[in-house]
Amino acid sequence: MKSRIMLLAVAAVLVASLLPAPTAASPPPQPGGPLPDFNLPVPERAADKDYLGLTTTGPFTIAQIKAQVVIIEIFSMYCPYCQREAPEVNRLYQMIENDPTLKGTIKLIGIGAGNTPFEVQVFKDKYKVPFPLFSDEDFTLHKAFGEVRTPFFIGVRINDDKTHRVFYAKLGGTEGAESFVKLMLRLSGLEQEKKP
Amino acid sequence: MKRKIHLPCALTVLLIVLCAPHASALSEAYKKNIYNPGLLKPTDSVLKVTVGDRAPDFSLPSLSGERISLSQYRGKNNVVLSFVPAAWTPVCSDQWPGYNIVEDLFKKHDTILLGITVDNIPTLYAWTNQMGALWFPVLSDFWPHGAVADTYGVLRSDGTAERALFVIDKKGIIRFIKVNDINQRPKLEDLVKALEGLGG
Repeated sequence: MKSRIMLLAVAAVLVASLLPAPTAASPPPQPGGPLPDFNLPVPERAADKDYLGLTTTGPFTIAQIKAQVVIIEIFSMYCPYCQREAPEVNRLYQMIENDPTLKGTIKLIGIGAGNTPFEVQVFKDKYKVPFPLFSDEDFTLHKAFGEVRTPFFIGVRINDDKTHRVFYAKLGGTEGAESFVKLMLRLSGLEQEKKP
Repeated sequence: MKRKIHLPCALTVLLIVLCAPHASALSEAYKKNIYNPGLLKPTDSVLKVTVGDRAPDFSLPSLSGERISLSQYRGKNNVVLSFVPAAWTPVCSDQWPGYNIVEDLFKKHDTILLGITVDNIPTLYAWTNQMGALWFPVLSDFWPHGAVADTYGVLRSDGTAERALFVIDKKGIIRFIKVNDINQRPKLEDLVKALEGLGG
């Protein structure tokens, strides 16, 4: 009798594992590994579209962004840490844009976990965020990213053949724009490549 | 017969597997101090007020030390009551920090926000300190336990409050009520639309 109960229990678990589980989360991205498979909608703002170097109108993948390194911030408008960190992340963006050797090479995007487009826009307006932010209203991307706490930064190296590799994935803030840029250059391999 | 006995066991396991807590993106501001109660019954109380009613008055202690009454805003400001279930839980810890960056949206509509939980003042102090300085009063409906929440019909059977929003106009009339699924955060735009509907 016990074995039948066990059998049914095991069967139930198996069935559950086969069903599309809306709450199931993947493990967070790991350095050396790939990003989860996902698309983002092309931003409506022409400036955002230009910044990302997108030529198409449909959904795009991170590897389609015209850059050698893409930094993804998983944030939330509701996260006090993200709010406090926002000016420093803006400074990171400005530092990159003001440096001719980095501009166009490193690009930044943000994904608002569980934030509606309205809530993402509130965050963007409040902190005058100059780089593209995307809404992940139903937590789909957040689940794909392992339901990480926020803010969470992911550094992605884009290769010439449009393959990619995660080289940084960490919970918490930048700990200062200057040191963060240096870290991104070192871990992505860009620093070595740029040496004569 | 035997199958009837065993099926509930299997279904229980199935439910446990499927009913993982709802998603919420917790802020690292709280480190690992948030208790996850898992998936809760979406609502667990019956409203005792309705849109168009005069909002029941109350007086509660606030974090700043002063007592705050609803009636003190009569004729001056619209008031939003934001009941959240409990300190140190996932979705609640997310909700007020969002309101904290939209003071301008509230001010634009002459609106005061009052955050209310059934926690005591020391707990609220420690918890809200993680959110940064809040621009709105935080009130403790701790004693008599949940009395205000109960008056509005948003006290759950376990003694916590619902995740509920009440918009009260300057005349003291309830203009909007949203008792949200406790496991999810109400969309900010729904509240903003309610404020826009208040008119001058």
